[in-house]
Amino acid sequence: MTTLPTPNIAPENVLNNLRETKPESVTIVCLSGDMDKAMAAFIIATGAASMGMRVTMFFTFWGLNMLRRKGSTSNVKDWLRRLFGLLNRGGADTLPLSKFHFLGAGTAMMKKVMKQSKMPGIPELMDIAQDLGVRFIACTTTMGLLGITKDTLIDSVDQYAGVATYLSEAKNGSVNLFI
Amino acid sequence: MSTPFQADEQLDTLGMFCPMPIIMTSKKFKQLKVGKILEVLSDDEGIKQDMPAWCKTTGQEFLGLEEQEDGNKKIFKTFVKKINAT
Repeated sequence: MTTLPTPNIAPENVLNNLRETKPESVTIVCLSGDMDKAMAAFIIATGAASMGMRVTMFFTFWGLNMLRRKGSTSNVKDWLRRLFGLLNRGGADTLPLSKFHFLGAGTAMMKKVMKQSKMPGIPELMDIAQDLGVRFIACTTTMGLLGITKDTLIDSVDQYAGVATYLSEAKNGSVNLFI
Repeated sequence: MSTPFQADEQLDTLGMFCPMPIIMTSKKFKQLKVGKILEVLSDDEGIKQDMPAWCKTTGQEFLGLEEQEDGNKKIFKTFVKKINAT
């Protein structure tokens, strides 16, 4: 088991800096692990960030799959969670469409159409979001429940937190979405 | 038809959909000096509303828009002036 590199800046300091530089805030709860819904979430997030707003995305339940490394399963010793991890594979580029997935054929077609029209996919949108300073928070409750460990998540997770962190951020915001 | 505004720099977002033109504009603006004018080329009709909205939120000046027919496609040229340093 590998450990994530510990960030050298305290999250509170980063948050305070962000508060000063980006006064308007947008918070988005990403519950769905569907590609179409994730696209909407990231388009709003990247759009808001490029409009100078401070954006926080909170990934919970199926939405957490976007923050998981491709094909990652669960690492806990509990067989039920292990089985669940095998069935629920992670990876931002393996998300299915909420409609017309057709065992992957529909989603593959959609990805092709997106590529043809120069539309960035979920991994690209996530990179853009990170680049623009969008903060990613991974829900620790979901991680515990589904047996997802930190080492199976991508490096760009800014915080591991729960509902209080999300609410303390959301109450200051003018835009708050649940997708 | 002559361009009403003299742009200092140009940004080509042709063929790209929302939110790419706005994201690219915001990135470009970070390097642009205050007082300079950026011309953004786009064929996404949403830019007509989105660019003024972006300017309003970020405190930049929206100078105007020009539409051009290119075959059966429309090209939108928006002119934005950097007046806010951030």
